[in-house]
Amino acid sequence: MAALFEAPAGPLLPKARTGIAGLDEITRGGLPEGRSTLVTGGTGCGKTLLGLQFLVAGAREYGEPGVLVTFEESAEKVTANVASLGFGLDQLQKDGLLAIHAFRPQPAGVTEIGEFDFEPLFLLLDDAIKRIGARRVVLDTIEALFAAFKSEMVVRAELGRLFRWLEDREVTAIVTGERGANEALSRYGIEEYVSDCVIALDHHMHDGVATRRLQVVKYRGSAHETNEFPFLISASGFTVLPVTAVGLDYSASEERISTGVPRLDYMLSGGLFRGSSVLVSGAAGTGKTTLGGYLIDATCARGERALLILHEESANEVIRNLRSIGLDLRRWVEAGLLRIWAARPSAFGLETHLAIVSGLLDEHAPDVVVVDGVASLLGGPTGGEVISMLTRKFHLFKTRGITSLATILAEQGDETAAGVSSRADTWLLLRNVESNGERNRLLFVLKSRGTAHSNQVREFVLTSDGVQLIDVYVGPAGMMTGSARLTQEIRERDARLQQQAELQRRERELRRHIAQGQAQIAALRDDMASAEAELGLIADSQERQAADADAARQAMEAQRWADPDKDNDQGQR
Amino acid sequence: MSPRDIGGYTADVAQPAVSADETWQLRLYVTDRTPKCVRALANLQRVCTHWLPGRHHIEVVDLVENPRRAAEDQIVAVPTLVKAYPPPVSVIVGDLSDAERLLDGMQLRPGNSPTM
Repeated sequence: MAALFEAPAGPLLPKARTGIAGLDEITRGGLPEGRSTLVTGGTGCGKTLLGLQFLVAGAREYGEPGVLVTFEESAEKVTANVASLGFGLDQLQKDGLLAIHAFRPQPAGVTEIGEFDFEPLFLLLDDAIKRIGARRVVLDTIEALFAAFKSEMVVRAELGRLFRWLEDREVTAIVTGERGANEALSRYGIEEYVSDCVIALDHHMHDGVATRRLQVVKYRGSAHETNEFPFLISASGFTVLPVTAVGLDYSASEERISTGVPRLDYMLSGGLFRGSSVLVSGAAGTGKTTLGGYLIDATCARGERALLILHEESANEVIRNLRSIGLDLRRWVEAGLLRIWAARPSAFGLETHLAIVSGLLDEHAPDVVVVDGVASLLGGPTGGEVISMLTRKFHLFKTRGITSLATILAEQGDETAAGVSSRADTWLLLRNVESNGERNRLLFVLKSRGTAHSNQVREFVLTSDGVQLIDVYVGPAGMMTGSARLTQEIRERDARLQQQAELQRRERELRRHIAQGQAQIAALRDDMASAEAELGLIADSQERQAADADAARQAMEAQRWADPDKDNDQGQR
Repeated sequence: MSPRDIGGYTADVAQPAVSADETWQLRLYVTDRTPKCVRALANLQRVCTHWLPGRHHIEVVDLVENPRRAAEDQIVAVPTLVKAYPPPVSVIVGDLSDAERLLDGMQLRPGNSPTM
């Protein structure tokens, strides 16, 4: 799988992957191949484990056999120590993929008389490298070897020779060492100069919380992360948890899984991506836990496994509270699908806490994890620590392809949630809105990576039948919820009815107006018709009168015996 | 020859502090014939010839021939002299160029010997 790194790893610098989750990311691909890396730190820091995991990963995954030379314990003890991590060193040795040699300090001490060198160590290494074709070498710890000798001159000379020798053999080597006095990286002060890469491990108490940290102090010829990164040692080994997720190479699933709230699935274009992370932030009593409960219910209903981590309440309290809205989680616990771990935050250190979570993931193998009340893990929202904590958890889940939902208590205007949100793929914000003497819950989908999601606000209503998401009233009067929304809806319906009535009235009016117009037109037509009829009568009577006059004149002429042609024209004029 | 003349050192006591019937078992680990190893063997032989004449056996183990023996015998440096017998077992590293200290290291001094 090809990782896309944000910065170039240096010009063609070949690297050997450590197989340690997180470490390959912050070193941008692994340790310098064919070179030596100094891993330095105090006792019990995890140096040996880091080295062993590097060898086991090389042997199992990268086809690179390895040699371990330990100066602290017997080979049998080393094997037994890591047997619980499933390293199976015995089998690897039988398969010729691993060689382990042990040198222990002479109990009675050694007398030094004159010059000597460490040639037997070189011969033994050379023999082992040739025998199994080793590409990786771990020397653990170099101090235990050299501390047994008093002659510092010899030790310094041989130490330098050892690093050069390893380089000549072109094996990728890890040499572990103790820190020197005054925070010096190494005891003799030359180890860090002759190594191409220096990784410092630290195990300290921070605000009463035990934390392990790892830092790449130096990496010749390569870009690398320079911050201190927390790491943990869990049942599956050594895991570094980058706080800034640079070059993280998670497999991205296209599969959607239901949140258990159909309307929310719809808002998220069909649900959550499998393996993605969801952050639910909100003030107290906004229904954060409820959303988590629905996700678990939906998961178990599909026959998948879920893990619920509680930081604020006990398992019984949560089960009881969720039952009041119709969610029965107990049946999933009884069916073995749901595991609930309730941990008072103060009970464990941060690192132990993460180790336990990691162990639960290995043990229960959940498909979905819900973490309820992240902020309280540190006794209150304290910015950076919460972000770091949550990032590390999300990282744990993501590397395993687990879908996760974390709830975080954040009062309105709290910046913590915003800081944490960048670590999550989906951010749901629950908010209380107070008006008209009641509080109502609102749900916002603030972001959802890779998903066309609704930008609308929904009212989040908890009923004994479950959760419902309801459209909120958004209008010129602002956003309304609860009874205000209901009132507004009634008001709107009334207004609509009124409007309808008004329209009907207007319609009738217009129809009447048209009818009136038509009636007027008819009346006018009648008028016109009678006028025309009158006109006809007038014309008739005029003709008649003319005819009558003509007849009368003729009758008079006939009576007077007038000349019909001579005086006719004059008489007519 | 006086013990004081041997190997250029000065012994406080003139007599070896061991019982006469014991054979000392000595093992010298070397890596081939490097100058340090050659010197160590010569220095050891010189002391033994004088202090343990006929009562010592030196086994020379060349780790070049069997590198894994280094791990088996827990030998990380050369030259290494192991006094296997008589007890207690002692381990001396270096070219053994200081005969005074070699005597101390081998507990060959009369004052250190339980037999005196």
